[in-house]
Amino acid sequence: MSDLPVLLEMRSITKEFPGVKALADVNLVVRAGEIHAIVGENGAGKSTLMKVLSGVYPYGSYDGQIIYQGAETRFSDIRASENAGIVIIHQELALIPGMSIAENIFLGNEPRKRGAIDWKAANRMALDLMARVGLREDPDTLVKDIGVGKQQLVEIAKAFAKDVKLLILDEPTAALNEADSQHLLDLLRGFRSRGITSIMISHKLNEIEAIADQITIIRDGRTVETLNVKADGVDEDRIVRGMVGRELHSRFPDHTPKIGEVFFEVRNWNVRHPISAERQVCKNESFTVRRGEIVGFAGLMGAGRTELAMSVFGRSYGVYESGTIIKDGKEIVLKSVADAIAHGLAYVSEDRKAIGLNLLDDIKTSTVAAKLSKISRHGVLDEVAEYKAAESYRRELRTKAPTVDEGVSKLSGGNQQKVVLAKWMFTDPDLLILDEPTRGIDVGAKYEIYGIIQRLADQGKGVVVISSELPELIGLCDRIYTVFEGTITGEIARQDADPETLMKQMTSTKKMQTR
Amino acid sequence: MSRIKDLQKNLFGGTTSNARQFGMIFTLVAIVVLFQILTDGLTLRSDNLIALFNQNSYILILAIGMLMVIVAGHIDLSVGSIAAFTGILVAKSMAEWSLPWPVAILFGLAIGAIIGAWQGFWVAYIGVPAFIVTLAGMLLFRGGNQFIGNANTIAVPEGFRVIGSGFLPEVGPDTGYNNLTLLLGLAACVAVVWREFQARKTRREMDADPAPMWISVLRMAVMVGVIVFASLRFASGRVGTSFPVSGIILVALVLAYSFYTRNTAAGRHIYAVGGNSRAAELSGVKLKRVNFFVMMNMAVLASLAGMIFVARSAASGPQDGNGWELDAIAAVFIGGAAVSGGIGTISGSIVGGLVMAVLNNGLQLLGVGTDRVQIIKGLVLLLAVALDVYNKKQGKFSIIGSLTRSFRRDTPTPPTAPPDAERETARTAVPS
Ligand SMILES: Nc1ncnc2c1ncn2[C@@H]1O[C@H](COP(=O)(O)OP(=O)(O)OP(=O)(O)O)[C@@H](O)[C@H]1O
Ligand SMILES: [Mg+2]
Repeated sequence: MSDLPVLLEMRSITKEFPGVKALADVNLVVRAGEIHAIVGENGAGKSTLMKVLSGVYPYGSYDGQIIYQGAETRFSDIRASENAGIVIIHQELALIPGMSIAENIFLGNEPRKRGAIDWKAANRMALDLMARVGLREDPDTLVKDIGVGKQQLVEIAKAFAKDVKLLILDEPTAALNEADSQHLLDLLRGFRSRGITSIMISHKLNEIEAIADQITIIRDGRTVETLNVKADGVDEDRIVRGMVGRELHSRFPDHTPKIGEVFFEVRNWNVRHPISAERQVCKNESFTVRRGEIVGFAGLMGAGRTELAMSVFGRSYGVYESGTIIKDGKEIVLKSVADAIAHGLAYVSEDRKAIGLNLLDDIKTSTVAAKLSKISRHGVLDEVAEYKAAESYRRELRTKAPTVDEGVSKLSGGNQQKVVLAKWMFTDPDLLILDEPTRGIDVGAKYEIYGIIQRLADQGKGVVVISSELPELIGLCDRIYTVFEGTITGEIARQDADPETLMKQMTSTKKMQTR
Repeated sequence: MSRIKDLQKNLFGGTTSNARQFGMIFTLVAIVVLFQILTDGLTLRSDNLIALFNQNSYILILAIGMLMVIVAGHIDLSVGSIAAFTGILVAKSMAEWSLPWPVAILFGLAIGAIIGAWQGFWVAYIGVPAFIVTLAGMLLFRGGNQFIGNANTIAVPEGFRVIGSGFLPEVGPDTGYNNLTLLLGLAACVAVVWREFQARKTRREMDADPAPMWISVLRMAVMVGVIVFASLRFASGRVGTSFPVSGIILVALVLAYSFYTRNTAAGRHIYAVGGNSRAAELSGVKLKRVNFFVMMNMAVLASLAGMIFVARSAASGPQDGNGWELDAIAAVFIGGAAVSGGIGTISGSIVGGLVMAVLNNGLQLLGVGTDRVQIIKGLVLLLAVALDVYNKKQGKFSIIGSLTRSFRRDTPTPPTAPPDAERETARTAVPS
């Protein structure tokens, strides 16, 4: 592999933000036609490095050199890097939901005929590009009507509309299910065989191991090493060692559950879709949670797990139809989120940026946002108490930020997740519902978050974990429910849980899964 | 060199200072000084200062409500019409139904509350964008004013005029000054000093180093200097004039609302809704209630502003309040609020309003015609916000940001705080 010509070299890149040195002397050598993975803990600087490369942070705002195709380049903006064939697909997708697939693919790059957009040509070219990424849809379909996996493909098709030589993917599979992830990885392999170079950032080390030719590891804004997967015989443990700087013996902390009696129960839960009322999203679902127990919810994407959780959490999703919630032996009615919080429920949403945090806030404000009454008297806030609370959570969860005055928009994904966790731990919940709690989070931080979850359970709280990663559910949960199309299809105890059983239960109704 | 650095850090940036407010006063003072020079000392003469306050207090009162509306992510175009509508009803209530004036004021506030509930209902519970609801309200209540008043003016009685053109009375020994105004100034000075020490204490409790002592001293000295100067000016005007009653109403409102937006849970909910309404909802914030409240509150303040205006001009007319909404909105945006909501402060808006007021007044003193005054004001609004946007993009020092950003929590404002409008400071303005 290392005999391939060098396509890109980034030399001693240093990038500072006010108060934070995000990158310090980072070096990266990418060879033409390879898949180069970049791994590192949350906040290590991976996304920042790619933003430097793609001109999001223009020349002059960083130190160091970028040598691309043998010559030094100084991109002034994203346009400039795209013209050179470098296309980045950001961690957060940048599609316009209300526009069609074709419109999105050619946004800013529309094929024209005599000044007007040539929609015939656009649709034809879109079909061609969609075929290249294996996306079978009508180009007129609105982006909001297709699943995340397909949206990701639209992003890639969009990249191909720009004659890409170097494709950068920042955590492309974080929000995808197994099948969609596999499809994406196969696609990257296909690109490689056609000579397209890819850089991929991911926290899913099994994928990295399976697909990457070389791996560059970044820790605390510095390059630790670059591994050649074939020559060095790299496996996941080896990558983890590089990332965290020590051996990590197990992915899950040891834990002996202290399970008590059933204290929370949902019975015959029925909920309809908020807009199309004929669609039933939760169909007669029932489940229980015991004190000290970690309960998992397994299911394919779109199975209705988030919808179940949110509708229980103060009817924050859909139209409630029927069903009861029983807590500590008494029936409770939760008509609003405020009710749910008052009854000791907490819901950590899967999409922390869109609905979990106010990105204008700082860490302090975010931490206390869901229970201001705890730091106020007669409605008047106590700033010192607020600071102390936020600071103690920052320490406990080891959130990486200079102070709790830091804006949450400036934190890396993993650290934002810790802030969201802190926000809900601050409400002292009895039942904590975590929706994809480790999405986009590095191995070290995952381990920490598992530890936190176990500690919360040991304090006698009930914890519900919704996750699309089966190993995570199997490693963490005491009991797992499987959900398929809005129906709970199985309940599996820890000792019986294995990927095959779960998978079978998750897809066990006669109807074929469409997404 | 370290002193200069300290000063820079404390005035213009860094996270360890509570001196933004200082920067705010600084900018305003610069404009005042400019006009003071250009007008050969007319700007800061007692009578001009008093007139300046009298002519602008109602716009500043509107700016308070407008700030909250804009922070919550809405806009209110109807405030001028609501003011006029309330004005005519209140004038009529006194002239034809002979309500005593204090009752008429309560009646006016009640009208504001009812109108606010009407508009709040459409915005919060039906989900019609506030732009539309208040555009409709603008037509509705302007028409209402002319319908009720037959497009005539109605005079208001003497007692009522106090809230628009009254002054602090003369009491106590003859000092050559208005004693109550001096007393007010003294209270403000004490409060400034007290608050500075409170802020230092809070920072220490937060395990952060307070700004160096000399900065605190400098800041207090400047603030006290400004207050002393202003009180002497207001106290030494023509006999019978002093600090205006409408100014007192304004100061009281600024203090109360600053405290409310900065230091209470309910106030923080407004910012949460404007910053990310879905996230706020999932944190237990009652979205509808917050939206209803800001719209209703705005209408009540608009009614108050309308009554003060009617009191000042001694009669209610069909053209009252024309274009006020634009002045109030301009004040809020010059004061650093974000169009998309979630960012902005009361103090920033007041400074924004004062900047426009001083500009207006200074240009008029210079004999510039209203045509050119409008052109200049328009350009100032555009440039001020453009410069701010540009600076934020560059990640550099932002003038308006420096006026309004940060330290919301570094400097807790006690409810009994001093009457300087520039006290309250802002949440960090994060460009997204
Ligand atoms: N705009 C910004 N302003 C200030 N600090 C920033 C900004 N963007 C990133 N940072 C900081 O730079 C560091 C690197 O962030 P970056 O987003 O590159 O991490 P990452 O490796 O991509 O992490 P993750 O795996 O969580 O996505 C972090 O400490 C982050 O807080
Ligand atoms: Mg990242």
